[in-house]
Amino acid sequence: MRYEAPESLEGAVALLAGATGEARVLAGGTDLLVQMRADIVDPELIVDIKKIAETRAVTEEQGGWRIGAAVTGAELKEHARLKQAWPGVVEAANLIGSTQVQGRATLGGNLCNGSPAADSVPALIAAGAVATLAGPQGKRDLPVEDVMLGPRKLALRKGEILVSFLLPPRPPRSSDAYLRFIPRTEMDIAVVGAGVSVTIDGAGTITAARVSLGAVAARVLLVPEAARAIVGSRLDAAAQQRLETAARAACQPIDDKRGTTEFRIDVAGVLTRRAALIALDRARAN
Amino acid sequence: MAKHHIETTVNGDEIEFLCETEETLLDVLRDTLHLTGSKEGCASGDCGACSVMLDGRLVCSCLVLGCEVGGRRVETIEGMAKGEKLHPLQQRFLEHAALQCGICTPGFLVASKALLERTPDPTEHEIRYWLAGNLCRCTGYDKIVSAVMDAAVTMRKG
Ligand SMILES: Cc1cc2nc3c(=O)[nH]c(=O)nc-3n(C[C@H](O)[C@H](O)[C@H](O)COP(=O)(O)OP(=O)(O)OC[C@H]3O[C@@H](n4cnc5c(N)ncnc54)[C@H](O)[C@@H]3O)c2cc1C
Ligand code: FES
Ligand code: FES
Repeated sequence: MRYEAPESLEGAVALLAGATGEARVLAGGTDLLVQMRADIVDPELIVDIKKIAETRAVTEEQGGWRIGAAVTGAELKEHARLKQAWPGVVEAANLIGSTQVQGRATLGGNLCNGSPAADSVPALIAAGAVATLAGPQGKRDLPVEDVMLGPRKLALRKGEILVSFLLPPRPPRSSDAYLRFIPRTEMDIAVVGAGVSVTIDGAGTITAARVSLGAVAARVLLVPEAARAIVGSRLDAAAQQRLETAARAACQPIDDKRGTTEFRIDVAGVLTRRAALIALDRARAN
Repeated sequence: MAKHHIETTVNGDEIEFLCETEETLLDVLRDTLHLTGSKEGCASGDCGACSVMLDGRLVCSCLVLGCEVGGRRVETIEGMAKGEKLHPLQQRFLEHAALQCGICTPGFLVASKALLERTPDPTEHEIRYWLAGNLCRCTGYDKIVSAVMDAAVTMRKG
């Protein structure tokens, strides 16, 4: 097994594109090294992307934020201004694993691992984040909801790397929130995850919303019907009810010992409503 | 494939070692550098017994490759006592009987030190969340948490 740690995107793309056997990007390794140890993957080449500056930076861009794919959860937590603009994205990233895992785990790895239960993904989708990819044909942008196609299946082509995420500019009175249900209080995989982002006008009416659900289908879902259920409302009881119903209608969950189908569908409605209320509260304070 | 030649800093000493790509930092610490204080409880990031600091960040050394640490700064449990003088955390763990078999102890100590360096006056809640990635199968967490709270008091007095 070969290990390379190129300092440029071009170098990393060339290595991945030229690989004859299985090649893997290494970010924090909190999924990859576990899977290698369990013989689930056995790459011939590992390309560590952490020396590539673009993957490690958090910068303001066009009034929004660009977050490098290899920035760790611990680093996001310390970024006060990012947290102010996107508290839901940061709190979702910070739910991943323990303090030790936070020291390594990245947003790029969370998405590219291809798990429908990945915690940061619903928050990124609710935020309207766009993923910037670099490959042999150059760069391209893809909305985060189009990156994961199914469990372990990604839209990335051979040789492509996820470089960064762009979070759009925030209008005044906007905010977001992410909630998940796990049977324990820490260190567990989401049974349901719900991300909600809202913008309100001066009167408190929701003018824009995005809702995303994790762990209730083969991929993390963007749920436009749930967003439509609350736009134009002030999230009164009737709107909350419509939101719950729309969120539940989008679910096609698995049935296992951690959560039955019925339970996951029910909880998806509850968490979506609660996340929307938190996002709304935060938006009022902005 | 030839082994990787890595130059790095461990507990303040500049050192070099050779490793295969698949060897983790934990493998290197224990088997090559003979720093056996860091333990392997699970090798999957769940137990925290292998906790070390990497460039000032708490990480599981079982989830870091040896070849990743070139030019970086690694701190392990072996660097915690100053000669014969125990760190206040180590002292308090003894006084509170916060260990039995001791397998989890180096990880708890390294993780607690990382907490107290950034949060000198943590609440019990903060300690429990910070240490959620460190598992102990014999002592129970209450004694460990009390030892950390007590060490924090000592350390604040300087
Ligand atoms: C103890 C423990 C607890 C955990 N708890 C949670 C949890 O609560 N919630 C949760 O969602 N996850 C959890 N995880 C899973 C994991 O920590 C996260 O998915 C994490 O975000 C992965 O990021 P990473 O940087 O470590 O990825 P890596 O392991 O480095 O990579 C993961 C995969 O993505 C690919 N990849 C990584 N970066 C890129 C890139 N930029 N471009 C292309 N491909 C890329 C890799 O090749 C690999 O296949 C946990 C893991 C452990 C060990
Ligand atoms: S041995 Fe590394 S976390 Fe258990
Ligand atoms: S003292 Fe034995 S595992 Fe903690």
